[in-house]
Amino acid sequence: MLVLRDVKKHYREPNGHDLPVLDIPRFTIAAGEQVVLVGKSGGGKTTLLHVIAGITRVDSGVIEFDGRDIAKLSEPALDRYRASRIGYVFQTFNLLPAFNALENVELGMAFAKGPKDSAHAKQLLDRVGLTKRWSHKPSAMSVGEQQRVAVARALANRPKLLLADEPTANVDPGNQQKIIDLIRQSCEAEKIALLMVTHSMEVAGQFSRVERLEEINRVGQA
Amino acid sequence: MSLWKIALRSIQHRFFASLLTVISMALGVTLVVAVLSIHGIMQESFTTNASLGYNMIVGAKGGKLQLTLNTVYYLSAPVENIPYDYYLEFLPASRRDAELDTAIRARAHGVRQSMASIETVSALGGGLLPASLLAGAVNEQALERAGAKQLDRGRDGKFLQYTEFAIPVCLGDYLGNFRVVGTVPEMFERLRFGEDSDREYEFATGRNFQAYSDEFGYFEAVVGSTVAREMNLKVGDEIAPAHGSVDGHKHAQMFTVVGILKPSGTPNDRAAFINMEGFYLMEDHAEPIAVDKEAAQRAAEESSDSSDPARDAKSADGEDVASPVAVSRTEARRVPLPVEQRKVTSLLVLSKPRGALGLQYIINKANVAQALFPVQEIYGLFALIVSPLQRALLFLTAMICVVSGTNILVSIYNSMSERRHEIAVMRALGAGRSTVMTVILLESVMLAVGGGLIGWTLGHSLNMLASPIIEAQTGITIGFFDLAPGVKLADLFAMEDSTNPLLQWRISPEVVVLPALVLLAIVAGFLPAMSAYRTDVSRSLGS
Repeated sequence: MLVLRDVKKHYREPNGHDLPVLDIPRFTIAAGEQVVLVGKSGGGKTTLLHVIAGITRVDSGVIEFDGRDIAKLSEPALDRYRASRIGYVFQTFNLLPAFNALENVELGMAFAKGPKDSAHAKQLLDRVGLTKRWSHKPSAMSVGEQQRVAVARALANRPKLLLADEPTANVDPGNQQKIIDLIRQSCEAEKIALLMVTHSMEVAGQFSRVERLEEINRVGQA
Repeated sequence: MSLWKIALRSIQHRFFASLLTVISMALGVTLVVAVLSIHGIMQESFTTNASLGYNMIVGAKGGKLQLTLNTVYYLSAPVENIPYDYYLEFLPASRRDAELDTAIRARAHGVRQSMASIETVSALGGGLLPASLLAGAVNEQALERAGAKQLDRGRDGKFLQYTEFAIPVCLGDYLGNFRVVGTVPEMFERLRFGEDSDREYEFATGRNFQAYSDEFGYFEAVVGSTVAREMNLKVGDEIAPAHGSVDGHKHAQMFTVVGILKPSGTPNDRAAFINMEGFYLMEDHAEPIAVDKEAAQRAAEESSDSSDPARDAKSADGEDVASPVAVSRTEARRVPLPVEQRKVTSLLVLSKPRGALGLQYIINKANVAQALFPVQEIYGLFALIVSPLQRALLFLTAMICVVSGTNILVSIYNSMSERRHEIAVMRALGAGRSTVMTVILLESVMLAVGGGLIGWTLGHSLNMLASPIIEAQTGITIGFFDLAPGVKLADLFAMEDSTNPLLQWRISPEVVVLPALVLLAIVAGFLPAMSAYRTDVSRSLGS
């Protein structure tokens, strides 16, 4: 489903020097596959997720998603791809504070072409155990609840790939496993591929496929 | 979820900052509505004032604008007068003869009265006659001798063929700060006002003054609504005009207020109208006549005329005529001033449809008077003074809009740093650059339109509160939903193509306010929207 070939990405430092971040000869994820990605801080894990999500453009290489090279898509097409094919769970949840839980989930559907189904949004909140909390704003919810809303939002458009960037990093230990279970079960139920970044070896140990960024990224190897 | 809802939630989230922006916009629009209302009131007041009910002013040669200001608005320094004969030239033979007959009778009566006075004074042992009395008496008699021939009776006035009506106006006196206008009852019987010159003058209380009434003689007055209000006058009150200026000496002659006009929004609200015959009979208003001592002597010799008018006066009024002072008060109620001693400041003339230019040419060709079209002068004045003022007001309005728009810009732009993260999240969820840009523009439009609606409501509420004052000052009533008067599209867009029928449509500038606000909001929101458009998603997301 997802194939990265010879993907290179660098950032320009303030002093004008180029800072290489990614140099990945090959990386693949099959449909419905669940992959965990571990690696050093600042190693480029988030950049890799951004590249796959089409948030960051690569310098060179191919990012093939369902046979289509998203590196060559126009920006509007990339926006549509992101809205309809990718679900994203952030480390800091990134819920919009002006919206309640239901509206945050609906916001996930707002930019995709599919139906803006409020009932579906409520079902998702139901699935993540927030049936009675849909009208609450993020400020009135615990961090665990906030991350559940973020998971529901990421699943709103029935994506093919869920990118989760350290989803339990800011969640209390009691809720970490619940969030991981929720994400994994949701992906399994919806046949959604999962690429999760984590620092926790405990979390990583639960996955059958664990990739170390340093092993797939030549920059890390150097 | 619609983009409108996303924008609304964003406004709600920054409630206090949004509220301040809305208040700022509301105050701006309140000012805009107020300025447009003032603009409209000026325009309407001008239109009302330009619809005079007459189309020509005939007055002394000199400054046209001064004559117009004096006659139409009762403003500016008094102008010279023209002979009363000139007025008679606008009258049909019957009325002209009647005026002349009155003058002849008055002259004869005046002579008789003067002789009686002379007799009385002589009888009292006065060896010397007061010079003015003697002069008046003598000249009256001399004129009487000249006979009716000189008065050219039995014909229509030479300007009658061009004229629907002519109303004489005598200015020069004041009542408090207001001008006193000596005129004839036709002033309120024949003149019309309003945009279509079809509204009759009406009386809030009382009635029009009469040329002569048994009750008050020639000394009846009608006052405008503003004069009545500010001087606390009511029907039955007596007023004494001041001569020549606001601070001039007060005439001894009192006029009785018999009517108070309803507000008309014309300058007539701010004037007191007295019967012209009474005006002439006040001291200092009669034209002096040259002293002829020989004639005076002859007059004294002829004072033993058998038909003694002084005795007539006594029998009619039952008052003692032995005293000259007693005579003057009583006789003044009955005897008009001779034509030769009269002058008028100006004539309000409504010409026949095709007579205006011909009449103006004839009058201006001679050296006695000038004829002018007041609307021309008023429009000239409007273009000279009022239009620049209106333009200044509209410029002020535009500046208010710019300031309000800048407030929106500052408010949204200041919020952009904290919103960049939200925008990045929306972009990560699949929102395009144009979508986040639209959300910001919608937010700007909602702030502007929300503030605009509050401001419009506030402005019209203020208009409604001020309506009684405006009505009292200008005669214009303003309801809550009354929009500022329409202007031609051609004027609104300063286009000169007067042939395009579309440009002749009149629309209220207030109708433009809402689209203008939306446009302003889009302009104001453009900078922050561009900032949203350019947001670096990867950097703003953090992790």
